[in-house]
Amino acid sequence: MASGYDRALSVFSPDGHVFQVEYALEAVKRGTCAVGVKGSDIVVLGCEKRSAMKLQDTRITPSKIGLVDTHVCLAFAGLNADARILVDKARLEAQSHRLTVEDPVTIEYITKYVAGVQQRYTQSGGVRPFGISTLIVGFDPNDKTPRLYQTEPSGIYSAWKANAIGRSSKTVREFLERNHKDDMDREATIKLTIKSLLEVVQTGAKNIEIAIMAPGKLLEMLPLEDIEAYVKSIEQEKVEEAAKKKGGRSGTGNTTLPSRAGASDE
Amino acid sequence: MRGATILKASDDKTRALNKHTLMAFSGEAGDTIQFAEYIQANAQLYSMRNNIDLSPSAVAHFVRGELASSLRSRKPYNVNLLLGGVDPITDKPSLYWLDYLASLAPLPYAAHGYAQYYCLSILDKHHHPDIDYEQGLKILRMCTDELKRRLPIDFKGMLVKVITKDGIKEVEYDDEARIACP
Repeated sequence: MASGYDRALSVFSPDGHVFQVEYALEAVKRGTCAVGVKGSDIVVLGCEKRSAMKLQDTRITPSKIGLVDTHVCLAFAGLNADARILVDKARLEAQSHRLTVEDPVTIEYITKYVAGVQQRYTQSGGVRPFGISTLIVGFDPNDKTPRLYQTEPSGIYSAWKANAIGRSSKTVREFLERNHKDDMDREATIKLTIKSLLEVVQTGAKNIEIAIMAPGKLLEMLPLEDIEAYVKSIEQEKVEEAAKKKGGRSGTGNTTLPSRAGASDE
Repeated sequence: MRGATILKASDDKTRALNKHTLMAFSGEAGDTIQFAEYIQANAQLYSMRNNIDLSPSAVAHFVRGELASSLRSRKPYNVNLLLGGVDPITDKPSLYWLDYLASLAPLPYAAHGYAQYYCLSILDKHHHPDIDYEQGLKILRMCTDELKRRLPIDFKGMLVKVITKDGIKEVEYDDEARIACP
């Protein structure tokens, strides 16, 4: 199929595809999973963390969740190295925006900027697209409405109530579609985020990272003990649910195991 | 004192660079704010990029570098600065004096402009390396009283900000009292 049309970036294939952009999307699918969920007055980002090697210093290894400005948080899926460059550009723009108009950026503005940069790298010569999708969350200045946006390597951006990107994102998104409700409080929002991540993260709390944003507050990274507590209570619920089902009609076994149906969509 | 022009009393000639570093400026009207906000944006960009604030001494040396390259440009900034801060790691307070010729000096007390001719002698006499906050305010009071007495322009009073390891806060400073001239 690919016969020369995937060589130069800015060249269409005869059937209207730009192959390099599609390969970038493939890189995103291979990246670790990231989830964003909006509550009524809170927004939560969850990330799957690669398990560290034995000698790795996890304390100073960079995280997949980063701050763009004090009120804007970004998580990504895909190539870590590409993300560093993109996040840096976003941080520069956020500060530059403050300097020129004396106002912090709105979440939509910075999303549009990030998407704009990603688009530019699909249409100019001598470069390749960013192999990352991002979830950008936060609160506009003097506003209490939570915001959640996604950007893609092609430069598309879109707003969501809850979404997932990266490995097995389809499974997680479907889980979110089934379980997301409007007007969730802080507890419910965090719980849904962790629960949805547990659909694809087998190793539990130590491979999950949670960031919480609330209006007018600084970014809060949920401590490991708290995540463990949530994971425990979620597993407890699952066991109870399974026991109830068993009581109804015996014979259905391992419903307690986290579903791994989505592992096949890679 | 009366005159055809009066100074704006409520003008805040300071910018917070990060949680515990404050920069006060004087000089050419447009230059000062332009330069201060440029420094502020860069200090904050550093904080966002590196997840840690610059120390006061790091900021001071950065500012000096910017002033030095500005001085050698076609249109240099005409800005004089005082930079105060508390190092969040060592909890050590520091004060830096900078002028538009990009001199940098760490000092125990400092002043810029016409006022320094009245204040520095008082500070020379009364300052001591281990004074506390109350004594510091007392010396400041002596300085402002002296300015009221002798400054040939209508002195509108002071805006006082205090930097501690917990951050920057503005403090109430009463300068309504009439000062007798001996």
